[in-house]
Amino acid sequence: MDGLPLFPQQASTAAGPIDLLYFWMIALTIFFVVLIAGLILVFTIRYRRRHEAEVPQQISGSTRLEIGGMIPLLGLALVTFFWGAWLYMDLSQPPQDSLEIYVIGKQWMWKSYHPDGQQEINELHVPVGRPVKLTMTSQDVIHSFFIPAMRVKQDVLPGRYTTLWFEATQTGVFHLFCTEYCGTDHAGMVGSVTVLDEAGYQDWLAGEGTDPVGMGSTQDEGQALFADLGCAGCHRMDGTGPGPNLVGIFGETVPLEGGGTAVVDENYIRESILDPQAQIHEGYQPIMPTYEGQVTEEQILQLITYIRSLGTDANQSDSEQP
Amino acid sequence: MEADPHHNPALGHHFETLEQQHDTNILGMWLFLSTEIMLFGVLFTAYILFRVLYPEIFIASSHFQNATIGAINTAVLIGSSLSMALAVRSAQLANRRALLIFLAITAILGSVFLGVKGYEYYEHWHEGVVPGFQWTNTELEPRAQLFFFLYFVMTGIHAVHLIIGIGLVLSLAFRSRKGSRYLGESFLPIELMGLYWHFVDVVWVYLFPLLYLIGRH
Amino acid sequence: MAVPSIALNTRRHYLNVNYGVKSWLLTTDHKRIAVLYLISITMMFVIGGIAAALMRYELLTPAPDLVESDDYNKLFTVHGIVMIFFFLVPSIPAVLGNFLIPIMIGARDLAFPRLNLLSWYLYAIAAAMTMWVMLSGGIDTGWTFYTPYSSAASPTLVIPTAVGIFIAGFSSILTGINFIATIHRMRAPGMTWMRMPLFLWSLYATSIIMVLATPVLGITVLLLAAERIFRVGIFDPALGGDPILFQHFFWFYSHPAVYIMILPGMGVVSEIVAAFTRKRIFGYRFVAFSSIAIAVFGFLVWGHHMFVSGQSAHAALMFSILSYIVAIPSAIKVFNWTATLYKGSISLATPMLYALGFIGLFTIGGLTGLFLAALAVDVHVHDTYFVVAHFHYIMVGGTSLAYLGGIHYWWPKMTGRMYNETWARFAAITIFVGFNLTFFPQFIVGYLGMPRRYHYYAPEFQVLNVLSTAGATVMLVGYALPFLYLIPSLWNGKSAGPNPWGAAGLEWEVASPPPPENFAETPIVTVGAYNYGPVEEKIG
Ligand code: HEA
Ligand code: HEA
Ligand code: HEC
Ligand code: CUA
Ligand SMILES: [Cu+2]
Repeated sequence: MDGLPLFPQQASTAAGPIDLLYFWMIALTIFFVVLIAGLILVFTIRYRRRHEAEVPQQISGSTRLEIGGMIPLLGLALVTFFWGAWLYMDLSQPPQDSLEIYVIGKQWMWKSYHPDGQQEINELHVPVGRPVKLTMTSQDVIHSFFIPAMRVKQDVLPGRYTTLWFEATQTGVFHLFCTEYCGTDHAGMVGSVTVLDEAGYQDWLAGEGTDPVGMGSTQDEGQALFADLGCAGCHRMDGTGPGPNLVGIFGETVPLEGGGTAVVDENYIRESILDPQAQIHEGYQPIMPTYEGQVTEEQILQLITYIRSLGTDANQSDSEQP
Repeated sequence: MEADPHHNPALGHHFETLEQQHDTNILGMWLFLSTEIMLFGVLFTAYILFRVLYPEIFIASSHFQNATIGAINTAVLIGSSLSMALAVRSAQLANRRALLIFLAITAILGSVFLGVKGYEYYEHWHEGVVPGFQWTNTELEPRAQLFFFLYFVMTGIHAVHLIIGIGLVLSLAFRSRKGSRYLGESFLPIELMGLYWHFVDVVWVYLFPLLYLIGRH
Repeated sequence: MAVPSIALNTRRHYLNVNYGVKSWLLTTDHKRIAVLYLISITMMFVIGGIAAALMRYELLTPAPDLVESDDYNKLFTVHGIVMIFFFLVPSIPAVLGNFLIPIMIGARDLAFPRLNLLSWYLYAIAAAMTMWVMLSGGIDTGWTFYTPYSSAASPTLVIPTAVGIFIAGFSSILTGINFIATIHRMRAPGMTWMRMPLFLWSLYATSIIMVLATPVLGITVLLLAAERIFRVGIFDPALGGDPILFQHFFWFYSHPAVYIMILPGMGVVSEIVAAFTRKRIFGYRFVAFSSIAIAVFGFLVWGHHMFVSGQSAHAALMFSILSYIVAIPSAIKVFNWTATLYKGSISLATPMLYALGFIGLFTIGGLTGLFLAALAVDVHVHDTYFVVAHFHYIMVGGTSLAYLGGIHYWWPKMTGRMYNETWARFAAITIFVGFNLTFFPQFIVGYLGMPRRYHYYAPEFQVLNVLSTAGATVMLVGYALPFLYLIPSLWNGKSAGPNPWGAAGLEWEVASPPPPENFAETPIVTVGAYNYGPVEEKIG
């Protein structure tokens, strides 16, 4: 890398459009700064005070000029706003077919969980040319997941899931930074995102990627938990238990007691486990006990992964691509 | 205090007329009260947010509030506002005796309110619903601490305001016990006191239904 | 304590009316209180500046070498807290505003002189508490105190700091109340709203924000302290609380607070530009009302600090568009100052150098604010050095320059003495150059992706950081200079006379330094501000 980089790499589909907006704003800034500084320079030279007692002509102002000036400014402002908003809406809507990875942040490291059970610390391996969606939570304080080369960033909060997505356009190793101040080693909560081509990615999945400790996949862990914690006793696959059948429920909309509906996503399942009384599935008794304090963030993710997998059996289509 | 050549001792050295001084002080008091509104506004916002998020918890917790006692206390406080208003009027009419009596009643009613509030706090202590100190109650889920945290913060800050108010009322009464202080055209401090007192009262009028009457209608 | 002998002559003025520590510590004279503020605020600025210098030297190399991580974190926290709550928020209002408001409107004092003294004491107590915190362990949350880090994780002195800030907030509230009441009710006969100097308009707008926003901060930090004490609370998700709620409350104050910090500077610049062009400010009404517009709209944009916090996308859209709207009144001011130069009689005395520097740097700072308000760009630059550069451009390049400009402009009025013009211009230029060298590279390193609050960083960011540290060194020299010529001027400066600049305004009609009661007779005002000559027909 040369001595004085002026501009970050563009390594995602979002980078180009965001940089274009950035250049537009630089152009605006240069225009106005040159305009103002230029006028100041010209006026201070042209109208410098020539003798001590000089009194210039007084000008009170001009409503026409003021209003006339405001309208184009407002126009420029609105153009910029809509441009930024439009790109932002893209950033906040992950594509349907994204590769889904879970991330947990904690003081001061990042852990990522791939769908097939690979786990990484302070690293993230992803394939090029495929949208990747990260669903993230924190075990302690707020962190923020930032990949400058991808132009994406999202705060990672304790107690809820936030998401972020990007689609890498080139292979390589890129910085990963924590950008929300989180205590002593905030500056050390960094890592790398490695973008591999499809073949390299498959190799990685198959080989080195798997955790050397040899843990089972996230989904298997989840299945084991589902049995151990007694979930399976109420949530039976045949739908005969006191709790709703969870097969195929992920992504569905369920009716709630007292009106309203809820979409079963990560946040909903998380809440169902930790605070089951908050939203009750219509027609069921509020008998599910809370698991608050009995499960770790990691275990919750495993349970979610498992419940998801129950859905995919029925609905097919998920991260598995041919 | 600088010795002032002004004829009227009630007039500050930097004011031109009593009227100007009066208007300025009243404006100042209203500005102060507007900061108070913002301050309580934060607490009300937090309250509303969590009530919407966890309605069932708020309803369950409010069963620990004794609405009857709350209602009595509300009446006490409204009574104190009434007597405060009468105190202002007596000051205006330069009736020192009445002023002293009404200030005393105001302070007494304020203290009664605090006493009752203290009793309620004591009860809560025994019920084990004091988050951070005494949370032994098993009927409520841990999250109900949110309600009680807000309850204690809101009523606590209100009580602090009331304590300051009582202190001020007493010191005004003490200083007006002789002579013509605060009487007639120099009744301004009493009027300011009244504004403050009514404000503290009004805050309670909002707190009462929010904290005591959830899910009761 | 020896008060410099400013016995310019035997005339009685506010400095020589009586002597002794007590006559200062118990004074209710707004001018003396302003001087008390000047001294204490300068002390706080030096402390904040030293913390900044230490940070910059740490950041000279990518590796952690000068201080430990925990100490670095305490440095930027104390730098932010001191600079914002104890320097910039009170700077112009409490020093220049205190000194000038009564004189500018033709009154003998502020509406509530004793409240004014109280507010200085509150400030001093709060500052002392913060210093105590600094010396006995420090605080490491950043000036933003985000929960749950501050409420549950940080092992440092969060509670006393919160109490200190609560007290400082009260000081600010009392100042605001005093200013509004004074401007409303204490104006001399004939001093109509539309005749007021623009400095007063901007302080009026500032005071509105102080009165309405500061209590929100106060109660929020108290709630934070309560959470820490009781280990339960509404900001901690472990108990169902909501950390985002804290951010909303915090920014509900802290965004309006940035306008508390810039509006007074804008007011000072209006005064200086008028005086050193000898002209009425172009579009007086627009400049006056833009202050109020900024104050009002400023209350609606706080969420632009939270675009990646997890708030809803719809909220983000609203906050973004409102941020663009609030930029318009700022633009009005910039253009009107520039237009005022047109056909003026422009003198480049030191205050004017600062004012022109302000206009340029504020424009850059403001426009980069628009980058941040553009949602998608903010996703990338949020919490990077781009943000750091943005706010230093406005707060240091903008307000601090305006403050220094104002101090130089009114120094002859406050002390009766002139300073050395050559040194003063040299200092102004040094600060300007050093400033740009410090903070311009931070825009670039920020867009490259260097996060803020990093004790050590990736090696490829080093070159830009070295430039920045070099600039900070230049700035340090620049800031030291005013001490070296302003303080001696108290003894050997030329006597200033009532109106050394040939400026218009009531403050230039009273003697320098002003007599204790400002005006022997209440003045009767017959002309508007900036009455430099007959007004030509409107142009355009
Ligand atoms: C005095 C202080 C001050 C002022 C006045 C401003 C003014 C503005 N600020 Fe700034 N800001 C801060 C201090 C300030 N800011 C601080 C301290 C932070 C960081 C806090 C922290 O996290 O620690 C911050 C952070 C900050 C953010 C959050 C960034 C992030 O954390 O991701 C945003 C986002 O929108 C923002 C926007 C703006 C905007 C739009 C303005 C506008 O008001 C600017 C308006 C001015 C102009 C636009 C220039 C003049 C106009 C022209 C010359 C004409 C051209 C104009 C148009 C085409 C419209 N600021
Ligand atoms: C008014 C506000 C203000 C001012 C004036 C400054 C001034 C400066 N700031 Fe600061 N800054 C903030 C407000 C301010 N800052 C805030 C709010 C933050 C965010 C904190 C956070 O993240 O929580 C921040 C953060 C911040 C950072 C980012 C830290 C990080 O994120 O890791 C940096 C880094 O370079 C920095 C640098 C500087 C420098 C070099 C100056 C220089 O301008 C300072 C120059 C001054 C001096 C060097 C003192 C000079 C005077 C003397 C030495 C006197 C000599 C005495 C005699 C002769 C008697 N600041
Ligand atoms: C005592 C029986 C019981 C146990 C044990 C139990 N549940 Fe439940 N669960 C229920 C009932 C009844 C409901 C429906 C009422 C409701 O929404 O709370 C439910 C709802 C849910 C839902 C929401 C589904 C919907 O349709 O709204 C999820 C997800 C869930 N449980 C997961 C779990 C997991 C994971 C475990 C184990 C860690 C678990 N449950 C243990 C009884 C139980
Ligand atoms: Cu994690 Cu900063
Ligand atoms: Cu802001």
